[in-house]
Amino acid sequence: MANLALGAATTAAAELAADDSSSTGFFGWLFSSDGFHAPTVGEFYPPALLFEGTIFEFNRIELARVIAAAVLILLVWLVVRKAKLIPGRGQGVFEMLLDFVRVQIVEQIMTQENAKRFLPFLTTLFLAIFAFNITGVIPFINMAGTSLIGLPIVMAIWVYFLYLGVGVKTHGLGGYLKTSLFPAGVPKGIYILLTPIEFLQVFILRPATLALRLAANMMAGHLLLVLCFAATQYFFFEAAGAMKAMSTVTFAAGFAFTLFEIFVAALQAYVFVMLSSVYINMAIEEEH
Amino acid sequence: MTSLSQVVIAAEETTQNPLVPAPYDILWSTIIFVIIVVVFMKYLLPKMQVVLDERADKIEGGLKKAEEAQAEAAAALEEYTAQLTEARAEAARIREDARSEASQIVTDSHSRAADDAKRIVETAHKQVEAERQQAVVSLRTEVGSLAAELASRIVGESLTDDARQQRIIDGFLDDLDAQVSQQKAEG
Repeated sequence: MANLALGAATTAAAELAADDSSSTGFFGWLFSSDGFHAPTVGEFYPPALLFEGTIFEFNRIELARVIAAAVLILLVWLVVRKAKLIPGRGQGVFEMLLDFVRVQIVEQIMTQENAKRFLPFLTTLFLAIFAFNITGVIPFINMAGTSLIGLPIVMAIWVYFLYLGVGVKTHGLGGYLKTSLFPAGVPKGIYILLTPIEFLQVFILRPATLALRLAANMMAGHLLLVLCFAATQYFFFEAAGAMKAMSTVTFAAGFAFTLFEIFVAALQAYVFVMLSSVYINMAIEEEH
Repeated sequence: MTSLSQVVIAAEETTQNPLVPAPYDILWSTIIFVIIVVVFMKYLLPKMQVVLDERADKIEGGLKKAEEAQAEAAAALEEYTAQLTEARAEAARIREDARSEASQIVTDSHSRAADDAKRIVETAHKQVEAERQQAVVSLRTEVGSLAAELASRIVGESLTDDARQQRIIDGFLDDLDAQVSQQKAEG
């Protein structure tokens, strides 16, 4: 799996290296380069590991997701299993996370009663998104679970039906459509302009932007990292003379972007949950 | 490892739109996400919440207990103060009682002493009276004989000389005196 994780450009290099000199073995493959390959969108369509060509097709992005989910559940289970009144170190960190979601995100948007109602789902969402995002910088996985659009779409659709359901439950079907499509306090003529925009907002743009923002960020992050490290590999092992020095620049960039991706992983989880809270709150409240 | 060449081919030949999810992508995403949501919302978060609620309860309980203790202390203080006041009043009353009792005793003994003194004085008076009566009685019995003796003496002497007369009387009285003092010495 390690070689798969290094990305298409380097794996291609590996094959050629292996063909050229099979005697050099693993290091020959690791330290070889057959020219620079810019990463493509094909990065996100790795070969299937199982059930190729069926709906059950299982590739390494799915594997990354499974690992992220398993590790997340395991870690939280380890904390919760022996949760005590006086928290230990692990429980303290976990409680800080829960408090962060509650105080810094959800209670900033909603009243306390509403926050209490939606907090379990929003907390789960935050932790899950962060877990799926962070796999993008974890060695040997090197692929965010959210960088393939399917998972962001599933999460966005969940939030979509959640806020629609809450809106209809709170105001009734007609009431919800009226408050969301015909906002109060606007001259009647403006509705000709406003209502289609609001319709697009509520029914299409909100879930679409949720999913796209997350997926695009993680995709871009992955491509940036692959670009930096592929370039480093090329400059260091293949380029001659002064060009070799460029590898330090690209490596430093890769290092910086790795740190940046860790930040982005947390930031995107924050943004996703923050916006979900806002949408749910808009559906509950009468005026907006 | 065998699929390495396919990676290259896929990378070069793909025309897939990354914004359109593959069916398998949606399927696995749904399965994994549902598992996470179910495990977290049904098991992990409620269990954590139990601990958090317990802690909140405990803190609340502790505060309540402290409040109760404070109220108890205040009540005890009040009771103590009341008891103290009562005790003070009781002491004052006892003192007052003792004082009045003492004055009563003093008054009683005063009157008793006065009574005693009066009785003693009366007894003495009675005794003196009795002695006087006795003296009068004894005088009465003796005066006759004395008078008779005196008269016989006067008659026996010359009645012409005043000086002699005076001498006789004085002599009589001296005798009488001597008689009385002798009687007293005997009696």
